[in-house]
Amino acid sequence: MSHLRFHVRFPEDKVKEPIIYQIGREYNIVTNVRRADVRETTGWVDVELSGEIAEIERALDGLRKKGCVVDPIELNVVE
Amino acid sequence: MTKMKALVCRECAKEYPTKAIHVCEMCFGPLEVKYNYEEIKKAISRKKIQEGPHSMWRYLDLLPVEGTNFVGPHAGLTPLVRAKNLGAYLGLNELYIKNDTVNHPTLSFKDRVVAVALTRARELGFETVACASTGNLANSVSAHAAAANLHCYVFIPGDLEAAKVLGNLIYKPHVVEVEGNYDDVNRLCSEIAGEHGWGFVNINIRPYYAEGSKTLAYETVEQLGWKTPDQVVIPMASGSLLTKIWKGLHEMKYVGLIDEVHTKLNGAQAEGCSPISTAFKAGRDFFKPVKPKTIAKSLAIGNPADGYYALKATAESRGAMEMVTDEEVVDGIKLLAQTEGIFAETAGGVTIGVLKKLVKQGVIKKNEVTVAYITGNGLKTQEAVIDAVGRPTRIQPSLVAFEKTFKLGKNGGGDA
Repeated sequence: MSHLRFHVRFPEDKVKEPIIYQIGREYNIVTNVRRADVRETTGWVDVELSGEIAEIERALDGLRKKGCVVDPIELNVVE
Repeated sequence: MTKMKALVCRECAKEYPTKAIHVCEMCFGPLEVKYNYEEIKKAISRKKIQEGPHSMWRYLDLLPVEGTNFVGPHAGLTPLVRAKNLGAYLGLNELYIKNDTVNHPTLSFKDRVVAVALTRARELGFETVACASTGNLANSVSAHAAAANLHCYVFIPGDLEAAKVLGNLIYKPHVVEVEGNYDDVNRLCSEIAGEHGWGFVNINIRPYYAEGSKTLAYETVEQLGWKTPDQVVIPMASGSLLTKIWKGLHEMKYVGLIDEVHTKLNGAQAEGCSPISTAFKAGRDFFKPVKPKTIAKSLAIGNPADGYYALKATAESRGAMEMVTDEEVVDGIKLLAQTEGIFAETAGGVTIGVLKKLVKQGVIKKNEVTVAYITGNGLKTQEAVIDAVGRPTRIQPSLVAFEKTFKLGKNGGGDA
């Protein structure tokens, strides 16, 4: 079981969709939101995904396919 | 005296011990060092600083390390150059250049943050240090690790230019070229930092690493005769440098070294990667990440970790932000070189370009004491200006040819 933390951003047209709920249903992972900011035109959540690493990877692909941008919790670390 | 009180979450203020951690377990916010300023105030003085080492370590009382076994003992205390020629060109009476192009040992301001990071990493018991970088940071970590006998891993994207790779290889770290793009390297490094017991300078050591930038503020104030500047212009990549200069200025007030801080912060970015400046100019308190496309590679961070805090600090200071085109970056590099004899890398071109813009807009005024931070050496990014500096004048090897070409002496028709 791994626990990985991500910063997930939603495009404007997806702000109203329950995306975090959906990936929790579609993949065998546990989602744990710790901080979020959702506004009319933009939104992000800081979330921990727990599960087998391969399943987390699949869930990340799933998030990307829904139009989300997924970064590590640290954002950009390449300086 | 315990000068470090704790690591504290910048979002929820939850405190943690001063170990190698960087994210709040409660809210996932970033951690930073919290100091015991009352105790530091009793120990620090202008006299003690002035009698200290000729390096940034003269501000040891305000840096997050416990001992004096420094990695990078010569970093910092770079010249604050009174830029009379550039000032006259721009119409500023009191302009200074904080010249980190001559920082030791790798000619960029990263030598400050890496010296602090590796000193702290060694104190915390790490024998292996690492970083993810496309340039200055990798150079500095590799050099400092070599000198400190630390194992070193440097992660770079697979498509990095040969010259930049060489600048790391010479110090013989493990240079890991990751097949994939910037985002792939970024994610891999975050995962490696979580899995291995290494001191990853810009991940789990970041709360200490970032504090090294404060020394630019301390030095500026000391070199100005213990006065704060009216205006500063700071290049922004992650935004950390700007926020830490702000923190450093205020700390000097907390510990009684200065009476007031009235400085206005001005952030500088290149148009091809300006998420923070764009947000500021639009009046937003959040930024939209971008895919970088600029020659100013050392500032090309599209999703900056401290972007939100840079916006906040600049607004608090009643400062401004601007951005410049790549053409203006090159012009800025040339202008600084040709007026002050300082050859800056592309980030310096961004700073000078934005300084010029802010003066023109009337944001920075003629009689304000202004400091521009030049953070890296031009020898590192020569490709950016190679087509913009002309060619040597070629002549035959004779006095006649020389004098004719330059219209000098009897063969050139001149007097000399």
